[in-house]
Amino acid sequence: MSKVDVIMPQMGESIAEGTLTRWIKSVGDSVDRDEDLFEISTDKVDADIPSPVGGVLAEILVQEGETVEVNTVVARIETDASAAVAPAAAEPAAVVAAPAAETPGAPATSEATAPVAVPATTSSEPDSREDRIKTRSTPLVRKIAAEHGVDISQVAGSGAGGRVTRDDILAFIESGGPAAAPVPATAPAPTEAPAAPTAVPPSPPVTAAPTTPSQPAPATPSAPAAPAAPGVLRVPIHGATLDIKLGQVPVRENDRVEEMSRVRLRTMEHMLMSKRVSAHVTSVSEIDFERVVQLRRRLKAKYLDQGVKLTYGPFVYRAVIEALREYPIVNASVDGTRIVYHANINLGIAVAVNDGTELIVPVLKDADRMSLVGLAQGANDLAEKARNKALDFDDIQGGTFTITNVGVFGNLFGTPIINQPQVAILGTGVIEKRPVVVQDDLGNDVIAIRHRAYFGLSYDHRVVDGAMAAFFLNRIQEYIENFPDEG
Amino acid sequence: MTTTYLEAIRRAMLTEMRADPSVFIMGEDIANYGGAFKITEGFLEEFGPERVVDTPISEAAIVGAAIGAAHMGLKPICEMQFIDFIAPAFDMIVNFAAKVRYRTGVGAGLVIRGPCGGGARAGPFHSQNVESYFANVPGLKMVAPATAHDAMGLLRSSIRDPDPVLYFEHKFLYRRVKEDLPENEDVLIPLGKARTHREGDALTLVTYGAMVYKAEEAADRVANQDGVEIEVLDLRTLRPLDTDAIVASVMKTGRLLIVHEAPRFGGFAGEITAQVCEEAFEWLDAPIRRVTAIDTPVPYSPPLEDYFLPQTEDIVTAARWLLAY
Repeated sequence: MSKVDVIMPQMGESIAEGTLTRWIKSVGDSVDRDEDLFEISTDKVDADIPSPVGGVLAEILVQEGETVEVNTVVARIETDASAAVAPAAAEPAAVVAAPAAETPGAPATSEATAPVAVPATTSSEPDSREDRIKTRSTPLVRKIAAEHGVDISQVAGSGAGGRVTRDDILAFIESGGPAAAPVPATAPAPTEAPAAPTAVPPSPPVTAAPTTPSQPAPATPSAPAAPAAPGVLRVPIHGATLDIKLGQVPVRENDRVEEMSRVRLRTMEHMLMSKRVSAHVTSVSEIDFERVVQLRRRLKAKYLDQGVKLTYGPFVYRAVIEALREYPIVNASVDGTRIVYHANINLGIAVAVNDGTELIVPVLKDADRMSLVGLAQGANDLAEKARNKALDFDDIQGGTFTITNVGVFGNLFGTPIINQPQVAILGTGVIEKRPVVVQDDLGNDVIAIRHRAYFGLSYDHRVVDGAMAAFFLNRIQEYIENFPDEG
Repeated sequence: MTTTYLEAIRRAMLTEMRADPSVFIMGEDIANYGGAFKITEGFLEEFGPERVVDTPISEAAIVGAAIGAAHMGLKPICEMQFIDFIAPAFDMIVNFAAKVRYRTGVGAGLVIRGPCGGGARAGPFHSQNVESYFANVPGLKMVAPATAHDAMGLLRSSIRDPDPVLYFEHKFLYRRVKEDLPENEDVLIPLGKARTHREGDALTLVTYGAMVYKAEEAADRVANQDGVEIEVLDLRTLRPLDTDAIVASVMKTGRLLIVHEAPRFGGFAGEITAQVCEEAFEWLDAPIRRVTAIDTPVPYSPPLEDYFLPQTEDIVTAARWLLAY
């Protein structure tokens, strides 16, 4: 067996001593060469000190908080791994006595050098799980953990000494986290920010947004609405509320500050809530519109005679309705641990209003009972009402699936956010001519000019998997590419 | 027009003195000699001995006279030849200028300005940063600009302010900072507002004065070598402190490093640390760290002064420690 001394390094010409602020490794931990072993602090710099060799940390001779001269031996590393864990009595007793006398309050480390205590017990954590969480997380991580009901000890840490960082816990939550026990509805919000007034006189609340009253989401039982602290946006989610502390943005010269409109405010709440509630995934299909382009050309004049302007919209609605009928999981809502399959198909159709500064989603009720002309008429009426701000409350309630046309502004495709409490939303891209490879009558590959569009379906992975989303999109594609003749 | 930090200070005073006959300046050797750094050269010729006043070597007398003048409706600018020499005027500043508004309802609208800071090999009496002496005195405002633009805009606002303002000019920046400052530009910057010097999302670096440039250098190095962006917030005004801006940035980054040139113990970084802990504790993803001068007088020897002052390398080391936490 061979032990290598680890010394307090000289961190600059004029520095004679340093304080050992923290041990990153504990006795019994294995350590690689150049892996950080401990932290020191001098009057000028703080630094992590790497291990000079690989092996097992056998002895800690300088405790946290002690200041020692440069070149003092602070630890010994056993380079022969088997020897470190074996109850080797070869070490002279004097070595044991010295650190034990220095640190009567640290049995774990002094025991480490005592022959009898070396095996197994050295590597087990002496502190409780709670202590371990405290040393391995930060206030921000603990706050995020409380909000999401995450057990920090389950999260792998990438920070110094295995500390769980903000990025670690966010990635953990993003990836679905634990078989997440949701935060109990009765749990007090742990994030009630103490609105401690600044002691300095001038901190005008320029940026403190007005407290928005708690708005129960449609069909979502929300927790009793306690007033939110100033500067906190309170958003109801299933069985709980989500508090979002509003960032205080420095307002510079010539900046313009305005209050959000009511629609903007509701959109903010709803989008944040949706992102928090659903596990969003988006899949994209490319769809050939050649058949629909021809059909629309043929039907356009006839529809106009009936006073209806025929766009591509109704064709898409019809295809979506067919696909929803076939795959009812996409026309559903999540209620706790249950899935509600909706009997009706109520299509939400997103409409940009006020020059695109606001968005509203009127609902075409019982869309599955409508003819193509009925869909065209209904959608046109709702869009007209939306632009004239003439929508009733009823017009925007009860949607079971939403379509948003990002193509209307020329975009290829979008990855929309789900309109809660629905489980999917379709973003339709621009229909444009593209060169595509098709087969001619002789079975040869040729490049043809075809009307095509990308359809992006964002869906809630809690209940809709990728395969189901693909089936659904394929059904839409199939229907549009073989759209039946109808008048 | 290329303008140095020093010329920006000079232009601010010229602009205000031309616009407002109640503005005048007092100090040691500022009239005939034009000031130790020649900031007020030519002022005597333009404004005459009644508005450009050479004083005896008594800072207490300068500030005391200025308080009286302010009470009589004038707007005095007092120059400390070096800000280190503000010490003899301490009683006038803290017991009279700072308190008179509270005691009588009449403010003492005056500016006390002077060169501060190290790096110029000027030794212990010509290199200090004195902001912490006055930080604990309610009633004083304190300004420490880093750029020529801010030097001009903040000095003009200080002169117009109805209460006493201590204006710290960093002498290392006097002729090293050069900016394009249009001749006729009406630069006026409100007191109490920090400025985002460099945007970033990984770490908030709060600083002021000459350290803004070392912070920028450190942030650039970390960006180039580690690929993460540090946000550098230049406080510009120390009191009132723009806590809102600091907290907003910390809420974005989760990490805070404070850099200042004054010694560490009882320094401004401690106050900022406390405020962030009070207002944004749950947004912190790492401890708050400080990089400051060490707790000694400013050494005269160049290698020792370099050791004493925070250097870019020190900032990079601390930033990396925080980023890896």
